[in-house]
Amino acid sequence: MEILPILSAMRRNKVGAVLIALQIAVTLGILCNGLFIMQQRLALSHRPSGMVESDLFAIDNEWIGNPADVSSRIQTDLAALRALPGVVDAANTDDYPMTNSGWSEGVDLSPDQQTSSAFMSLYMGDEHLIGTLGLKLVAGRNFEPSEILDRGSTDRVQPATIILTRALADKLFPDGKAVGRSIYVEGGKRPTQIVGIVDRLQIPWTGASGWQQKYFEYSVIEPYQFVDTGSWYMVRTKPGQLDAVIQSARKRLLEIDRNRVIQKIEPVTDTRVTAYRDDRGLAVILAVVCAALVAVTGFGIVGLTSYWVSQRRRQIGIRRALGATRGAILRYFQTENLLIASAGAVVGVGLAIGINLWMVSSFEMPRLNVVWTLVGAVAVLLLGQLAVLWPAMRAASLPPALATRSA
Amino acid sequence: MFNYYCRLALSSLKRNAVLTTLMIVVIGVGIGASMTALTVFRAMSGDPIPAKSQRLFAPQIQSRRPDDRDRAGEDGVQVSVSYIDAMAWMQARAAYRQTALYATTLSVRPVEPRQKPFKATVRVVYTDFFPMFDVPFLFGSAWRAADDESHSAVVVLTREMNDQLFGGKNSVGKTIRLDDESYTVVGVLSDWLPIPRFYDLQIVPFGVGDQMFIPFTRAIERQMVVSGNTSCSGDGGSAFPNILRSNCIWLQFWVELRTPEEIAKYRLYLSNYASEQQRTGRYPWAPHTQLRNVTQWLSYRHVVPNEVDLLVLLAFGFLFICLLNATGLILAKLMSRAGDIGVRRALGASRGAIIYQCLVETAMIGLSGGALGLLLTALGLAVARALLSKDFVTLATLDFADIGIAILLAVGATLLAGLYPTWRAARVQPAWQLKAK
Repeated sequence: MEILPILSAMRRNKVGAVLIALQIAVTLGILCNGLFIMQQRLALSHRPSGMVESDLFAIDNEWIGNPADVSSRIQTDLAALRALPGVVDAANTDDYPMTNSGWSEGVDLSPDQQTSSAFMSLYMGDEHLIGTLGLKLVAGRNFEPSEILDRGSTDRVQPATIILTRALADKLFPDGKAVGRSIYVEGGKRPTQIVGIVDRLQIPWTGASGWQQKYFEYSVIEPYQFVDTGSWYMVRTKPGQLDAVIQSARKRLLEIDRNRVIQKIEPVTDTRVTAYRDDRGLAVILAVVCAALVAVTGFGIVGLTSYWVSQRRRQIGIRRALGATRGAILRYFQTENLLIASAGAVVGVGLAIGINLWMVSSFEMPRLNVVWTLVGAVAVLLLGQLAVLWPAMRAASLPPALATRSA
Repeated sequence: MFNYYCRLALSSLKRNAVLTTLMIVVIGVGIGASMTALTVFRAMSGDPIPAKSQRLFAPQIQSRRPDDRDRAGEDGVQVSVSYIDAMAWMQARAAYRQTALYATTLSVRPVEPRQKPFKATVRVVYTDFFPMFDVPFLFGSAWRAADDESHSAVVVLTREMNDQLFGGKNSVGKTIRLDDESYTVVGVLSDWLPIPRFYDLQIVPFGVGDQMFIPFTRAIERQMVVSGNTSCSGDGGSAFPNILRSNCIWLQFWVELRTPEEIAKYRLYLSNYASEQQRTGRYPWAPHTQLRNVTQWLSYRHVVPNEVDLLVLLAFGFLFICLLNATGLILAKLMSRAGDIGVRRALGASRGAIIYQCLVETAMIGLSGGALGLLLTALGLAVARALLSKDFVTLATLDFADIGIAILLAVGATLLAGLYPTWRAARVQPAWQLKAK
């Protein structure tokens, strides 16, 4: 190939070449990081919570005027909900995954530990909670009805037994034998025995960075009936009956007692949409900006190359007259672009990694996989080839007779 | 001459319509993206209370072992305070004005019996809160200091809440039922919504705010639980009274200080207080206190989410690419007219005149790009509002300052992009060009 003449032609037009190379480099830098963040956020919003979300809804129930018998009222409500046609099970809890509001605590392996072994998020529930949420018990047992105690939102107590997620159990006991062992929770001196392990249960928070990301599956269930003016009733329905049960549940609860505020009844799938709205929104915005970026860079190359073609009409004519084929002219422009774009891509890969390292240190982002940058580099090279095609074809179609005419 | 150059530029731009359109679109898209991000950023990082942001301060005290980073800022000091500390500071009255505050949720039984009961976010404050934060009243006024002392059942409503409960009429003197107890309305606010809600960043700092206000002393007496974070470190027994006796941290505290002397005095008071706690063994570690004004507080608490910073960076990276692009296109545009320029030079035009002509043409492209960019910004903001939650885009609308910034940015950036091409054009050798003809 005719690389040397291309280089010498480029030397006479340094600025144009540098402009294109620089554009390719910055485009690659932004593209790699943009697509990386986009992919991360989408993955985040698809993480399984551990619940059977499609058949599950939550009722935000609040009693008016602090009645004394909240505990028995909750039991009455739950019994009524379970009796509704289409309901599989119902349970009362203080919070559920993806509400971004909950209770977190340190967890220790000995009573006098200075720094906690891990952080956990705490859900309260009775023996119905696991079945209602559709969690998978992978070791040990569920709670017994006799273990369940009442607990208010400001009570400081330590449970005798506890159920952990597999992730937390593995973190605390890497040997995989957590059931039957004891941990110390909520700053107490009394041991709490692990009786069961569930496969997965997400913490209430859904943040993309920091501890919310790091402790994503470090949840526990404590054997308490959460007794407070406000709590969540979780209701699991038979497949396909969610909408009908939502209607009948609201009606039934108001029949039992009107002295309450049902602030909302929400399918858990809606909770997920709300929780990850910003992550998905960010992904869409990044996708649009990346597409616009590619378009702008592409058209920029088209514009500048067209200008070069028009500048070199006579030279092209002379080459054609001296026997160069159309293919040779086409190849000339394609090779020229490949050289410029390669230089840009090399700088761009460095830039992409640099931007990522900076984001790692200032935004707690994960490292960018180098393979991504290489894929990106190939993509911008292809973009360059594609963009140069049209002006190059126009150049190739210039007639040799042009050489004999003046500009 | 200016008019002549404008006409010249117009005819030149018309001659190569495709290239011209491409340039305007490229600049427009770049401006649109960067202005959208910048507008969101400006709305979120604005000063929520410009008249007083240098006079209102949040005192902090280290209330955990230094290695316990729970609820701590990056300096290791806790961002909430305990009831014991807040009450000591309230009683000391060491500042011109002061208030402890928190948010709670209460059920409201509407006056109209057919309406359903609902939950409201209630801000729990001392009466100093209203003058401290320049809260404007539509009807009535704040409660008296005596109401704080006697734990009175009084309430101040926001305008929206008054509209909802009383159809917007003057409701001062009427009563409402909160958690099944009667409260007398003493005041109704006119529109007041500081963004971000700097005085309590525990719950979403943007978005729907407080709906009514009641005395702090009343809320404590009635054991109203905080909506927000409570952090205890092992101490405390059970139930509400113990949260009041423990070092659990859950309150916000604000003071107003008018002069540098008052600020210095308050700093001294705080560090003396912390030393006292060390002596008595309540906080046995080295005393550490902080006093930050609103501006410092907002930056310390990182109110603007990382995502917004990211979007701003992304958008300006994009603008940079658009400018590189525009430089290339303007270069192509001007150099394809080297012949015309050669003729003008040969007929006696100076280099300055050529530069002037090129700048007029570039500025025209910049203006058109800026106009397109503004349209795209409006579109971008609408899309952002549709895609993102209130945390991000509350009140992010274009104001005159934004429009000014957009036009300046567009013209400035385009001129910058046109600098090199203009220089090249001015160096066209007349003889050379004419010979080539």
